[in-house]
Amino acid sequence: MHWNSVSEFFAMGGYAFYVWGSFGLTALVAVLEVLLLRNQRKTILRELRSELLSEGSSS
Amino acid sequence: MNNRVIHWFKFASPQNFYFLAGRMWPWFAALAAVLTVVGLWISFFVAPTDAQQGEGYRIIFVHVPASQMSMFIYLVMAAWAGFGLAFNTRLSGMMASALAPTGALFAFLSLVTGSLWGKPMWGAWWVWDARLTSELILLFLYLGFLALQSSIDDPRRADKACAVLALVGVVNVPIIYFSVKWWNTLHQGASVSLTKSPTMATAMLWGMLIMVVAFWMYAIAIALVRVRNIILERERHTEWVKHALE
Repeated sequence: MHWNSVSEFFAMGGYAFYVWGSFGLTALVAVLEVLLLRNQRKTILRELRSELLSEGSSS
Repeated sequence: MNNRVIHWFKFASPQNFYFLAGRMWPWFAALAAVLTVVGLWISFFVAPTDAQQGEGYRIIFVHVPASQMSMFIYLVMAAWAGFGLAFNTRLSGMMASALAPTGALFAFLSLVTGSLWGKPMWGAWWVWDARLTSELILLFLYLGFLALQSSIDDPRRADKACAVLALVGVVNVPIIYFSVKWWNTLHQGASVSLTKSPTMATAMLWGMLIMVVAFWMYAIAIALVRVRNIILERERHTEWVKHALE
């Protein structure tokens, strides 16, 4: 372990913006992709269920 | 006797693959999570400070995995697309479409993290260098694929058109990979290659490799989840989807 303090860790030797920007953006993109996919699945399932219900009632 | 043989081709049907993918993706997601934690630990607490770039070099632990993913996903996507054109299998086109958005995101991340690395080290956010330009073209190829897909209503025709686009664009991938050799560029050469021993400290190398595998697992899990959505969407009028919902 080569960090002497927490603030030194966050300062990243003066490259804080670039290092944390890179890691932060990557994490953000991954989280957004997962949430979007989950949302997409919920929407499709809801649509399919309502289609199925309306078919069942008409026949 | 024959019952003991695993019928691999049965998974080529969207119906069977839907359930197979549903069982597989949690494993890949779990592996991705564990490897990311280990990879991040090495990236920040084990890997030493770089002699030339100080702590700024740590961007490598997301930049390299994202960049190689953007190229590999394109190759896999083009392979599925080509397979679909050759054998007219429905699942192939769905797999190619499931990979494209994730590939585009990785190409985007590669460019942005590269830019965040370039600014402090080269003094510029962007240069029209061979490596950077060909990676930008890769992002445009992905976006073109996605735009073409959404512009054609019939999914089977969209698959065919997109497959042709994906296959033509595949020529760009070796251009990206070899750009640092073929042209005199600002971008540094490969730190890891198959023919030479790596030019980086062991802990850095391990951190990078583990992050690469973590990104692979993430991409596989995401592609499996997305292909399930695509299968449901496209097979919505079939009996098995109706049964699966009940």
